[in-house]
Amino acid sequence: MPGGPSGHPLLRLEDLRLYFRTLRGPVQAVDGVDLTVRRGRSMVIVGESGCGKSSLARAILRLLPRNVHTYSGRVWLDGEDVMQMPEERFRREIRWVRLALVPQAAMNALNPVLPVGDQVAEPLLVHGRARTAAEARRMVADVFRQVGVPRDFVDRYPFELSGGMRQRVALAMALVTVPDLIILDEPTSALDVLTQAAVLNVLKAVKKEMGVTFLLVTHDIATSSELADDAAVMYAGQVVEVSTAGQFYREPLHPYSRALMASVPTLRQDKALAAIPGRPPSLVRPPAGCRFADRCPARFARCSQEPPLLQVGDRRVRCWLYA
Amino acid sequence: MAADVLLSVRNLHTWFELRRWGFLRAGVVRAVDGVTFELRRGEAVAVVGESGCGKSTLARTLLGLHPPTRGEIVFDGRPVGGADLRWYRSRVGYVQQDPYGALPPFMTARRILEEPLVVNGVTSPRERLERVRAALEDVGLTPVDDFLPRYPHMLSGGQQQRLVVARAVILRPDLIVADEPVSMLDASVRVEILYLLRALQDRYRLSVLYITHDLSTVRYFCERVMVMYAGRIVEEAPVGQLIRFPRHPYTQALLAAIPDPDPDNAARFRDVPPGEPPSLLAPPPGCRFHPRCPRAVPGLCEVRDPPAFEPSPGQRVACWLYAPTGVEGVSPAAARTDGARSD
Repeated sequence: MPGGPSGHPLLRLEDLRLYFRTLRGPVQAVDGVDLTVRRGRSMVIVGESGCGKSSLARAILRLLPRNVHTYSGRVWLDGEDVMQMPEERFRREIRWVRLALVPQAAMNALNPVLPVGDQVAEPLLVHGRARTAAEARRMVADVFRQVGVPRDFVDRYPFELSGGMRQRVALAMALVTVPDLIILDEPTSALDVLTQAAVLNVLKAVKKEMGVTFLLVTHDIATSSELADDAAVMYAGQVVEVSTAGQFYREPLHPYSRALMASVPTLRQDKALAAIPGRPPSLVRPPAGCRFADRCPARFARCSQEPPLLQVGDRRVRCWLYA
Repeated sequence: MAADVLLSVRNLHTWFELRRWGFLRAGVVRAVDGVTFELRRGEAVAVVGESGCGKSTLARTLLGLHPPTRGEIVFDGRPVGGADLRWYRSRVGYVQQDPYGALPPFMTARRILEEPLVVNGVTSPRERLERVRAALEDVGLTPVDDFLPRYPHMLSGGQQQRLVVARAVILRPDLIVADEPVSMLDASVRVEILYLLRALQDRYRLSVLYITHDLSTVRYFCERVMVMYAGRIVEEAPVGQLIRFPRHPYTQALLAAIPDPDPDNAARFRDVPPGEPPSLLAPPPGCRFHPRCPRAVPGLCEVRDPPAFEPSPGQRVACWLYAPTGVEGVSPAAARTDGARSD
């Protein structure tokens, strides 16, 4: 198992692009994303629906639909450019072995006719992590304990489990091969408040005890803070801000991040909520300059040119205000 | 007080019978099991609870979509029920959770809004069009002429929900039942719709029953909250009071589980009561929360169903911890309140 000291770059994306072919032209779902996830530091990517965050998750794992128009850039995993790998090698050595995904609504995607224990054991057998079925069962029992699924649930079918338990099983499936990085796509958004808190507790425990790094993709800003060490904001296919969680949740820099934060209802602080006027731009023909300019309260002349990701202290912001 | 009450619900039960092979009784799902409350004119009240607690069934029963098994609904002094519901339905608007699912895809915005007018006997096409235009303006779908000929799929999620709201208010109802009206929308759009509902509520002095699982939006919108658990209302209080001084152990657990955006969250675990809500086919005896309750009193909570107590004015809690001393069968030690401060 390739390992490295904590804090070193584990996953580095360089100019990652994923465009989809449609009748109206290519949709630029992921448009030049640069991002670094460090070992042991979980990153959240927040953004509204249609900003390309789920496409980004799929682009990292090469889980692509058939209508791909462009798929380019570099994905470095522990210093190795896995974009260059042939598909077969990627499938055998990377996907699910070192990079795993818990897709959106995973709890509803379990196979209804297989006991959940068998489903969790499957990656072990496929990737040769367990030589015998008995060994696989032992490892499944271990991972079930870690995610808080009672041991005797291994022989149950998905329909016999509640939503929270099924979500834990989906997580167990990603954890069982002990990957370096697990991408979680909206892991709790279909769950009730108490179940959500329980699943987040499990994720925090896993992070602490197993040293797994998470990349969490979500639209729910309040919940995202439960797992974040670092945070990135996506808007219209691009990353517009990257910083540490401590800085981001207290004082976001990009005008879009600020507006997004101001629209989040809070339980404990008194604050007036503000909506963001307008709508995100079309990803078929995105505007030439800053993509948020049309909705931005701070817009000025320079915004008609496209801003790069500017370094501001130890943070990065795609906004001319910080030039 | 009575003059101000628009909707009065007394001891409402909505049960669904489960059958096997079409005729064998397999049990009864007690989705709403003894709910009593009043809604005043111009007041916005939230019903908060987790999925399966019966809050949507409560909404649908109030809308006349499910017949109540027992209990009564009195609207503006008149009992609701029986064959003729048209008078009632014209005075109650419904805002659904999924706007796209709630709008007929083959109708234009204009037809969608005309439909309730036609059904309720507005015969003049000119008057209908005028009212449709006024409704679109009310919900901010302007310029109106742009939106009249559009089909639902030509609108964004937020605009679709505005159209649903327009349809709910076009007959100038007295009451709006909004079942998770913003849970399918993005954060920035969510705020718009909540503010729109609030503005319409003020303008037309509407009463609103806001059904939601999301306590954090409630305080921007409602004056009072009712917390539902396993078919019952376990706590009812003014919003600020409930958020600052929750009394029922279930409400306390619910509030403790809701995160605000805060980087310190990542460093702490949350207290979550063990287990899951009970089956509504066979709810536990006594207090329905007792199997999960950290403060359950042995010998009392699993035996006797707690009635609603009023530990402070306007706050009603169905929990033995708040029984005043002297209630028969309750020891003073069990009744002592701790944790929840009074103000």
